[in-house]
Amino acid sequence: MNLIGFFTIYKKEMIRTFRVPLQTIFSPVITTALYFIVFGSAIGSRISISGGVSYAQFIVPGLIMMSLLSSSLSASSSGIYFPKFTGTIYELLSAPLSYLEITLGYTLAATSRAMIISVIIYIVSLFFTPVPIAHPLVAILFVFLTAFTFALFGFIIGLLSDTFEKLNIFPTFVITPLSFLGGVFYSVDMLPGIWHKISYINPIVYMINGLRWSFFESSTVSPLVSIGIISFFLLLCLLFLWRIFKTGYKIKT
Amino acid sequence: MSILKIKNLSKEYQDGTKALKNVSLEINKGEIFALLGPNGAGKTTLINIVCGLVNPSGGEALIGGFDIIKQYRQARSLVSLVPQEIQLDPFITVEQTLEFARGFFGKSKKPELTKEILSGLSLLDKKDNRVNQLSGGMKRRVLIAKALMNEPAVLFLDEPTAGVDVELRRDMWKFIAKIKKQGTTIILTTHYLEEAESMADRIGIIDKGELKMIENKDVLMKKMGKKQLLISLKNTLDNLPSELKKDYICLSDDKQSLIVNYGNDFEFDVADLMQTLKNNNIVISDIVIKQSSLEDIFIDLINE
Repeated sequence: MNLIGFFTIYKKEMIRTFRVPLQTIFSPVITTALYFIVFGSAIGSRISISGGVSYAQFIVPGLIMMSLLSSSLSASSSGIYFPKFTGTIYELLSAPLSYLEITLGYTLAATSRAMIISVIIYIVSLFFTPVPIAHPLVAILFVFLTAFTFALFGFIIGLLSDTFEKLNIFPTFVITPLSFLGGVFYSVDMLPGIWHKISYINPIVYMINGLRWSFFESSTVSPLVSIGIISFFLLLCLLFLWRIFKTGYKIKT
Repeated sequence: MSILKIKNLSKEYQDGTKALKNVSLEINKGEIFALLGPNGAGKTTLINIVCGLVNPSGGEALIGGFDIIKQYRQARSLVSLVPQEIQLDPFITVEQTLEFARGFFGKSKKPELTKEILSGLSLLDKKDNRVNQLSGGMKRRVLIAKALMNEPAVLFLDEPTAGVDVELRRDMWKFIAKIKKQGTTIILTTHYLEEAESMADRIGIIDKGELKMIENKDVLMKKMGKKQLLISLKNTLDNLPSELKKDYICLSDDKQSLIVNYGNDFEFDVADLMQTLKNNNIVISDIVIKQSSLEDIFIDLINE
C-alpha cells in the first residue's frame, strides 16, 4: 500500500479546502444560519413537534445532513474533476498508486471537509437553541457513513463528467430536491397518503432520520434500517466505481 | 543492458483508430533515445501506455523487468513523465507542486533534493510563487522539475521543448545531457530533428503506428546520409560533355552548376572529375559540399 501517496492526495485536497475557506466552509455555515433564523426562529415558533423537541431543535440534524450531503459530494466531484480538466490527472495515473488509494485519498478528504462543516453548523445552531445529542457516537457514525457515501457518489460524478455543466447536474437537479423532500424541515409522517409512501423511496429520508434518532432518540425510521439503507448505497457506489476502474471508462481510453 | 522492453504493443482506440501496430522496442540503460515521427504517428500513445495513462490493446511492456500492468507499482516507481502540454495545478506553489509529485510516488519529503532540482532549473527564487504566476517557459521547467522528484531511472520527455524559445531550448538540452550523465535513461519524442540530432544516442522513427527504423544515430546518419558536391560554373553549360554523362552527375536547372551525388556506399574520384572539367575547358567559380541532415533522412523515410 502506498500510504504516503494516499496521504499526499488527502493533504492536497485539504489544502484546497482551506485555500478558499469562504467558499468551502463559511458559505454553507451562513446558509444554514439563515435557515435557522427563518425557519427555526421566525416560523418555527408557531410549529409544534411531538416528544418535547422544539422545531428549532428538530431541524438541526436535517440542516447538518443537507449541508453534509452537498459538501461531501461537491468536494470529491470537483476534487477529481479538476485534475481531469487541467490534465494533471496524468501524475496520479503514472504514479505507483492503486485505484483504491486514489479513491480513498479524494473521498476521505471530502468526508473530512463535510464533517468539519457539520461540526461548525452544530456549533452555530447552539447560538440559536440548545441541542443535546443523546447518542454522540451514533451521530458520528451516521455523519461519517453519509459523508463517505456521498463523497463516493461525487467521485463517480467527477470521473464521468466531461464538462462543468454535467458536474452540476446531479447536485442541482437530484440532490437538492431530494434533500428538501427528505424531511429536513418536516417529519415525513406529516405528509398525507401517497406522498408519505413515496418519501420512503428517497434515501435521504433515512440519512436525516438516522441522525435525528441519534439526537432525540426518536424518528420516523428505525436507526438500524437507516444504517442498512446507507450501507446499501455505499456498497452500490463502490461496485459502480470498481466497474469504472476495471474498464478504464473515461479515464484510460 | 535494456531497461525498457516493449513487445508487440498495439493500441486501437474506441473510434477504430489504430494508433500502434505491434511495436517492439528495447531501450538500453543510460541512453538517450529519440522517437521521431509526424503528428499522429503514435509517439504519445506509446509513451502514455508505458507510463500507465492509456490501456494497451495488445502486447506487453517491461520496465526494469517489471510488467507495466501486472507489476505496475514496481514498474511505475522507476519511471517519470514530462507531458507534452503544460499540465500543472495553477493554484499551488512551485515547491508544493514538487513535493506532491514526490509524495504520489510514495516517497517522503527530501528538501535537499527539491532545492537541488529547483536550482538546477533556475527555479529556486520562484519556489514560493503560485504556478499561475509563472511564465510559459518557467512552467515548462516546473514540469521537468516535477518529473525528477521521484528520482526516476527512466525519464520520458514528450515534446519537451515544443513552443519554447531558442535560449530555453538550449538550456533544456544542457540540462537533459546533465541528467543523462547522472545515469538516467531518457526517452524523448520530438518534432525538432535538430534536438534528436544533437542529443540522442539512438533514434527510432515511427509513422502511422509502425516503427519504421531503430538505429544508432551515427550509423543512421552514415547509412542514410547523402552527400552532394555542388560545383558552380563560371559560364552556363548547355549540355554535359560525354565524359561527364554519368548516373551520379547532373546539370542544375539554371545550367550554372554541376551536381554530383555520392554517399557512404558510393565514392568517386574527385581528381579525375577535376581533370575532365579542365579538359573540357569548364571553369569553376565555387565548390560546396552538402551533407543531408537527419531532417532530410526523416523526410525520405516517411515518404517511402
